[in-house]
Amino acid sequence: MEILVCVKRVPDTAENEIEVAADGSDIERDDLVYSVNEWDNYAVEEAIQLVDKAGGSVTVVSVGDEEAEEVVRREMAMGANNGLLLSDDAFEGSDGKGTATILKAAVEKGNYDLILTGALADDGAGQVGGMLAAMLDLPFASVVNRIEVMDDKKLKIGREIEGGNQEMHEIDLPCVLSIQTGINEPRYVGIRGIRKVASVEIPVWGTSELGVAADSVGAAAARVKRLDYFVPDLGEGAEILEGSLEEVADKLIEMLKAKGGIK
Amino acid sequence: MAGQVFAYIVYKEGKADDTALELVKAAGKINPDASPTAIVTGSGSDLDAVCNEVTASYKEVWKFDNEALAYPNAEIIRQLLVKVLPADAVVLVAHDTFGMDLSPGLAIMLDSTFVPDVVDFEGLEGDTLKAVRQEFSGQVSTHVNCDLSNGAVINVRPGVFQADGAAGVGGQVIDKSSEIGELVLRRRYLETVEAEVGDVDITKEDVLVSVGRGIEDQDNIEIAEELAEAMGAVVSCSRPIVDAKWLEKSRQVGTSGQTVKPKVYMALGISGSFQHLGGLKGNPFIVAVNKNPKAPIFQVADVGIVEDLLEFAPVLTEKIAEGK
Repeated sequence: MEILVCVKRVPDTAENEIEVAADGSDIERDDLVYSVNEWDNYAVEEAIQLVDKAGGSVTVVSVGDEEAEEVVRREMAMGANNGLLLSDDAFEGSDGKGTATILKAAVEKGNYDLILTGALADDGAGQVGGMLAAMLDLPFASVVNRIEVMDDKKLKIGREIEGGNQEMHEIDLPCVLSIQTGINEPRYVGIRGIRKVASVEIPVWGTSELGVAADSVGAAAARVKRLDYFVPDLGEGAEILEGSLEEVADKLIEMLKAKGGIK
Repeated sequence: MAGQVFAYIVYKEGKADDTALELVKAAGKINPDASPTAIVTGSGSDLDAVCNEVTASYKEVWKFDNEALAYPNAEIIRQLLVKVLPADAVVLVAHDTFGMDLSPGLAIMLDSTFVPDVVDFEGLEGDTLKAVRQEFSGQVSTHVNCDLSNGAVINVRPGVFQADGAAGVGGQVIDKSSEIGELVLRRRYLETVEAEVGDVDITKEDVLVSVGRGIEDQDNIEIAEELAEAMGAVVSCSRPIVDAKWLEKSRQVGTSGQTVKPKVYMALGISGSFQHLGGLKGNPFIVAVNKNPKAPIFQVADVGIVEDLLEFAPVLTEKIAEGK
């Protein structure tokens, strides 16, 4: 099975506090730690496990600037066979549709049975997988938390729906799936793994290699444009308790007793 | 001026979801003059019941009755909507796991604009709609301008547009089933597997000590367990803890886990994403402990403590034990 996994380099929210820059045009990016989008990492692990069982190869692709190469390389260190970076000044400022347009061109240059994305990324949109499937006229399923290969024509998949229930479907190949966290336990990537792929060449494709018209992607083509970043004023918020740990604990215990929080 | 507004109605067991009314409210926020049309798909008596129910809040209700639509499979419903919607339609869909499945591809097939997970609208000028979204799990918000000149599919976050209740509109149901035509089944629904029941039922507990990513390590779970024991509470958690397999899925609070309604909720190292808060009902007294003062949980908590839970929780446990 030939599998393509789309990954994104994002600020790691587990490592960073995200703050709005003073002029509101962006978030503070100076000291941010970046990593591979968490959902995408589960998708790569799933692809590797599927190929371990059914044979084939895993290709990891990212749309981004030259720094995105590091996440492609990291996912190759996990065990993906090939890496691909889609990078061009014309791609900057793409909305979800722009990103899907770029990925579609890359998909069409290969011959994939299965295309995986993460269900969500840093912008919380969860849109690229579904858009890509529609552009390629392939069946799609979102928030997938289980994949079983039935034969070379179809998969049995589970979608995580509300209440932690699982919606089971049979889906024809080739297809596009967006992967939910928790579907597997992504393997640890050690220094040795990174070293092994350190000198592997990762092709970089832009508009000309992909055959994408520059005006169909990027900021100019975007129909959804971000104007600013801000932190909403949501009224009073929490009463913040201050003092030493002991003082705060004493105050909190009084409150908890009053509310029935200590039995 | 943007095109006709539609709302896709989600329902279960013959009863419309709360979002059916929320989408009316959302449509009004986009354009006070809009009279949205409800779209209800399905089969049989449940479908009829829901169509009748939503005539109280929608003037026009389009009904699509077909056996292939009996289970709401977005792969099939998308094909149907592409056939029956006008090219410049503005389609509102709840941003739940169905909306995430349906909408991005629908916008591509209609060649319209997709706007995901909207939490507010700030007005329509010509064909440009200004909307509010959140990024980084709600840590920051953004304004976005959306071009509606070619129509749009807009996913609206459940629960943010609080509805006033059905307005007694007295609308009419229009049976559009004859327009359904042939539907291709490339993804076939098999069954729904119910979530496993765990050793404790967190939905029935009055006091929950809930842990998130801030617990950092599996070995630290016992810090929460000790606090819970001192308080007479039960340990629950947010999604990352279950993904890491540190606690059972049955302990997870959130839209993809359990919906709980405790009296007191201690959120330890939980950032407070809307998916997590979506599982917290009944207006509990919320205590948030988080070392990030900008964590969204502090906006909804009653009491906040800006400390590392790994330092604060053991002190609290000890103090409670001393007092007993």
